[in-house]
Amino acid sequence: MSNIILEKIDAVHSPSGGGEAAPKHGYFPRELEDEAIYIMREVAAQFEKPALLFSGGKDSITLVRLAQKAFYPGKIPFPLVHVDTGHNFPETIEFRDWLAKETGAELIVRYVQDSINQGKAKEETGKYASRNVLQTVTLLDAIEEFKFDACIGGARRDEEKARAKERIFSVRDDFGQWDSKRQRPELFDMLNGRIAIGENVRVFPISNWTELDVWNYIKEEKMAIPSIYYSHKRQVIERDGMLWADSEHLNKDADEIPFEATVRFRTVGDMTCTAAVASEAVELDDIIGEILSAEISERGARIDDKRSEAAMEKRKQQGYF
Amino acid sequence: MDILRIATAGSVDDGKSTLIGRLLYETKSITKDKIEALESASKRKGLDFLDLSLLTDGLIAEREQGITIDVANIYFSTPQRKYIIADTPGHFEYTRNMVTGASNTKVSMILIDARNGVLEQTFRHFFIASMLRIPKVIVCVNKMDLVGYSEERFNAIKSDIQAIADKVSFAGQEVTFIPMSSLYGQNLSIKSTEMTWFSGSPLLEELENTSFDEISKPARFPVQFVVRPKTEEFHDYRGYAGKIASGTFSVGEEITVLPTGQSSKIATIEKFGTQLQTAGAKESVVITLETDVDVSRGNMLVKASNQPNQLKEITARICWMDSQALVSSRTYILQHGINDSKAKIISLNSKIDVVNQETIESGVSELKLNEIGEITLKTAKPIFADKYEDNPANGAFILVDDQTNSTVGVGFVL
Repeated sequence: MSNIILEKIDAVHSPSGGGEAAPKHGYFPRELEDEAIYIMREVAAQFEKPALLFSGGKDSITLVRLAQKAFYPGKIPFPLVHVDTGHNFPETIEFRDWLAKETGAELIVRYVQDSINQGKAKEETGKYASRNVLQTVTLLDAIEEFKFDACIGGARRDEEKARAKERIFSVRDDFGQWDSKRQRPELFDMLNGRIAIGENVRVFPISNWTELDVWNYIKEEKMAIPSIYYSHKRQVIERDGMLWADSEHLNKDADEIPFEATVRFRTVGDMTCTAAVASEAVELDDIIGEILSAEISERGARIDDKRSEAAMEKRKQQGYF
Repeated sequence: MDILRIATAGSVDDGKSTLIGRLLYETKSITKDKIEALESASKRKGLDFLDLSLLTDGLIAEREQGITIDVANIYFSTPQRKYIIADTPGHFEYTRNMVTGASNTKVSMILIDARNGVLEQTFRHFFIASMLRIPKVIVCVNKMDLVGYSEERFNAIKSDIQAIADKVSFAGQEVTFIPMSSLYGQNLSIKSTEMTWFSGSPLLEELENTSFDEISKPARFPVQFVVRPKTEEFHDYRGYAGKIASGTFSVGEEITVLPTGQSSKIATIEKFGTQLQTAGAKESVVITLETDVDVSRGNMLVKASNQPNQLKEITARICWMDSQALVSSRTYILQHGINDSKAKIISLNSKIDVVNQETIESGVSELKLNEIGEITLKTAKPIFADKYEDNPANGAFILVDDQTNSTVGVGFVL
């Protein structure tokens, strides 16, 4: 680092022995689970037609677990809704179907391909083409089709700057749009889910969790997660300094020749917009260790965020999750 | 591992974002790619140092204005505990955000620019911290590097602020002062090398060592949801799900259901099938009762020996949060925890001039956005609230405009 202030810091800074290693964090703060369960129950009580948006990633798997706990010994009183882009990892789809069966939850799947066929969404072209943005169209259609008035999502405030100000109950208008200036104040733990007809609320029960909290929770709860979170061998290409999973959906240049690498995924989105990281992590402890010493942030592996600095906020305004 | 929630308040340029950025940096909570992004952003701004304030300056609108405009939540942790900072803006038109951000917190960090000392704002910060009964206030006298790390200057500011605290603080509120420079990392995570005259702890140590006497509060369990599986295995199961607001509940204890006044005993306290003997404040549990009593959402389980008032007329301090002013005789929805009722404002008793610590009693006809006052209202059904000062977890409510559905005010029961 070439600036004066930082050199000065590095010279004086040694709070816990200094060096690059981050402190080892003990375990999961249970208060976060209590808070999330409280939010799940508020959703079931305040809304007529809630849904849990399920992506197959670790955050939405955590949500399913929390919903199970919130209503036990009753069943989860709302469906899991998955917007299938057609570009998902097959492992994710397999896991999704298994989890729905395991929990007895109702599963609703809607396809981006259908939105494309209906002419509502247009496939992107070029080597960075992905269906990430198109999901929004399918999601908004599903909300309208089922008249969902609350959609539970796994977004966390630590993921990205534009999410740091997101409310736990986030009101969206008829077009699914988010207006950062029109958000309701949330005081204490009182959640106000009152809405007009046509509006709906996005609900984020794990807002206050960090990536590390999620992994510690998965570990303490001994939860199953899709295999691609663990180290495995896979055909990849290297592009922009990141490893991309090779698949029929990825548009490759002639000189982008796939090779085998030992990798895992830190975050699971579409095959076309989630980068792999080289990793030997085969146990949850290895994964947690990697996060503690991480060189790259979670969303740093999301190609969709790199499009511009304000990418996430722009997508949110358009109704993205 | 526990969680410590902190509210920060300061004026526009007193270096709050830098202080938070620095805390994240020194606790190694920033990943390398974020630091690299900061470096390039700092360079673009023509700075020759890492502008840590950019870490928390989130939204596009803010980037244009260069100031924080809303409540932002920031996370970091140490091996000891997880920290959540609610970063709230300092400029005066945003009292609403300050109250919102501070509403869940146990510590209020008030930033002072050592060159400027006490500002009008400082009164407001103290007043809000006291109104919310935040048990600990840490006054960060920042930018000490710009006053030559002067002990005299620090002491002068300290005594000015102590004078405000003496007027506004409530009994039991702890006020701590720390001289620091967030730009140079003086007295953040490690003891200052420039201010050896300061014998207190640096900020992070102060936070790590903060603990609160959880004085036993009355037991309050608002029923959120009735669990009735109606499966073969749980045919007659009827559980009351909720988050304990305050106090503790144990199996076998006598409880009273509000508002019906029916009594029963606690049969089980459950968490996802795990049976607990006792559960305390903030825990989300399911309680089953020994006898069949009528309980539904919005009811409250309390111990027979210590019951809250069943209020239909409430006098409360109120902070107004909507651009449409509060007027007497209007009807709103009052939400107390998970319970709600229609409520009519019967009188607007007074308005508080926060900066001059004066109560204005005559000729108050409305309460505008960011104003604080006292009202009396009448509810359509009883509310089971404690006085806020006795039991904050069961003493606050929000008002909702039934036409816009917006949350328009927050009240503290007097």
